[in-house]
Amino acid sequence: MPKVLRRERLAPNIHLLEVLAPEVAKKAQPGQFVILMPDEHGERVPLTVADWDRERGSVTVVFLSVGTTTRKLSRFKAGDEIPVVVGPLGRPSEISNFGTVLLAGGCFGIAAIYPIARALREAGNKTIVLVDVKAPYLLYWEDKLRAVSDRFLVSTREASSPDQHYISRELAEILQAGERVDRVVAIGCTYLMSACSESTRPLGIKTMVSLNPIMVDGTGMCGACRVTVGGQTKFACVDGPDFDGHLVDWAELYARRKSYLDDEIRSLCRFEEEVFP
Amino acid sequence: MSEKRECPPELKARLRAGFDQEWRKELRRAIPVKERMKLARQHMPEREPTVRNKAFVEVNRGLEAEAAVREARRCLDCANPECVLGCPVAIDIPSFVKLVEQGDFAGSVRKIRETNSLPAVCGRVCPQETQCEEVCNLKKATGVAVAIGNLERFVSDYERLHGGAAVPPLAASSGRRVAVIGAGPAGLTVAGDLAKLGHRVTVFEALHESGGVLVYGIPEFRLPKSILRAEVDYLKRMGVEFRMNFVVGKTASLADLRAEGYDAFFIGTGAGLPNWMKIPGENLVGVYSANEYLTRVNLMRAYAFPDYDTPVLFGKRAAVIGGGNVAMDSVRTAKRLGAELAAIIYRRSRVEMPARIEEVKHAEEEGIEFHFLTVPTRYIGDEYGHVKAMECLRMELGEPDSSGRRRPVPVPGSEFMTEVDLVVCAIGQSPNPLLPQTEKDIRLGKWGNIDADMTTMATSVPGIYAGGDIVRGGATVILAMGDGRVAAAEMNKYLRNGASAKA
Repeated sequence: MPKVLRRERLAPNIHLLEVLAPEVAKKAQPGQFVILMPDEHGERVPLTVADWDRERGSVTVVFLSVGTTTRKLSRFKAGDEIPVVVGPLGRPSEISNFGTVLLAGGCFGIAAIYPIARALREAGNKTIVLVDVKAPYLLYWEDKLRAVSDRFLVSTREASSPDQHYISRELAEILQAGERVDRVVAIGCTYLMSACSESTRPLGIKTMVSLNPIMVDGTGMCGACRVTVGGQTKFACVDGPDFDGHLVDWAELYARRKSYLDDEIRSLCRFEEEVFP
Repeated sequence: MSEKRECPPELKARLRAGFDQEWRKELRRAIPVKERMKLARQHMPEREPTVRNKAFVEVNRGLEAEAAVREARRCLDCANPECVLGCPVAIDIPSFVKLVEQGDFAGSVRKIRETNSLPAVCGRVCPQETQCEEVCNLKKATGVAVAIGNLERFVSDYERLHGGAAVPPLAASSGRRVAVIGAGPAGLTVAGDLAKLGHRVTVFEALHESGGVLVYGIPEFRLPKSILRAEVDYLKRMGVEFRMNFVVGKTASLADLRAEGYDAFFIGTGAGLPNWMKIPGENLVGVYSANEYLTRVNLMRAYAFPDYDTPVLFGKRAAVIGGGNVAMDSVRTAKRLGAELAAIIYRRSRVEMPARIEEVKHAEEEGIEFHFLTVPTRYIGDEYGHVKAMECLRMELGEPDSSGRRRPVPVPGSEFMTEVDLVVCAIGQSPNPLLPQTEKDIRLGKWGNIDADMTTMATSVPGIYAGGDIVRGGATVILAMGDGRVAAAEMNKYLRNGASAKA
């Protein structure tokens, strides 16, 4: 079973997990994901690969602790074994010299954009990294992101901050200020990705999002992760996870992501009672 | 399987050797054919419908030893046994049945294992009534076939309850390595056969449990997981290595595996991409593909939520679209999960339903409703995007289509609306796209399936073989196993001739 090398709290409720999975590390490309299962009764959860170390043979994921599965993952310690780590799954992000690419990330997406920014910069792009944090203490990986960006911007909604608004407005302002941007990559919660897509839609700037529907097998067998893109049903696990944000049926994705909300709450309450009696 | 098949000479010799044994002759003399023909088929004991439709315990309980012996007496031990030709893996059926009559249950299952690595599975899920039992000479004479499937199940259960299968003698090591991709029925068959022939076999499986459709698709009440695990364990004891959570095409390519020293490959990656009717509302919450619905319940144990973390939606009014075995599994699962109404919606009539007769009978006993000549045209959602109703259209049967079945034709103006809160679409699936997507050299058919020579299961790339649903699109467990057997024999020739996949 794969060993956990490191588990770290990056910000309140946001955790990093580095696992030993040499085969996955060898093949991982920006934008791909792995499926983890925290224990034999657990759910299969897809998480974007945030980094990898081919020499060490490790893969890193960053996630928001929100339901039972992510709570379980957040309790791992170095040296523990994790029963399922499978990947890398999904198609890699498109990497090419587009010119200037703005990468917008929030929450776990701050980490998810890192390998994409790194690869885009290596491919000759100018990279602008814009991260969304509700408050400055929720920012993490600043140094890593600064190292792969030509411009690094933080959007925050803390009352004391001079510009307190959501990342999508910040993004719209940057674009309207005349900054030439050839492509936008937005990764985070569904709201962040849909809002950023709306900001760029009037300007016609291609905006790629990494969709996060519920998955089960992750290899194109079950169809749980189907999303409507440009009027066609696509499977995020084999056709994505990256799609053109201007073509995504966001309302459907919101609804499908909430399919099991009641069950998720029930499961989490039970887990919390067991762990913190 | 109803068409007349020639018996290959090799098989004929194998059957003849058994037929000519002294003890078989004695048995034939002991009870005359006329007497045998008078014996009644032994009934398969089942759990009460009102009990079983609330639980996931196995429906069929299996024959008792005495009943099995009585059933075996019905077999006429024909000189030209048609049943063997009806079996995709050519089990020596008269031999194993007569061993049951003798009371040698252990010897009987050993006989089956000569050509079939998964008897406990086949004894439960094979459609015997359209294969071995359909062509049984006793059926031709009396109308009622020998219960070959029930006997296969009996001896395999006997074996499991008496210490499990002994590892068969393995051929001397060939020094050759084989990668089997996908631990489903086709892959497990190849693994068992090639291990017996002395090759080193590794099975690569994407999921966290072995069995493919046997573990994610077929419910516990038809095939208990413990039985599948025992069959997989047998392969492990034969030296087959399993690498779980390994997606060939993603975690490593075929070229990577070749570089690791594998000499030949078998691709049995099965079905993927569930088919949809492409009607409005199919992406509403509460509309599942059968693959997802069954995977949640079977592989992920959602029926035991919240003891297991994966949930599944419980419907009060469940509609399952389709008339095959997967549709029956889905609708019976929905009933067990508490649906007040669980219905099959099928566009043709009862006689055209591809599901096994036994499955349909079990479903009816359990209170499943059947709506024939009906097809959904759209699903309607509530304000949260959950399915709340479906519109259907009545059909009537027209002229036969290419499948020979009468084509359903819509009745104009027959639309009607019905409330549903769970829909499972079980209208088939396309081959899994993942490996073909990443291995460009392998020639594909027009449906995205792997194009293999059906007589050898060889693909367009030397040393790479394929079988099961990745080739056939959507078939049965036993046809996949039949492909596996053919492929294993061909792969053995390929490996023994010294041809290397590296060349």
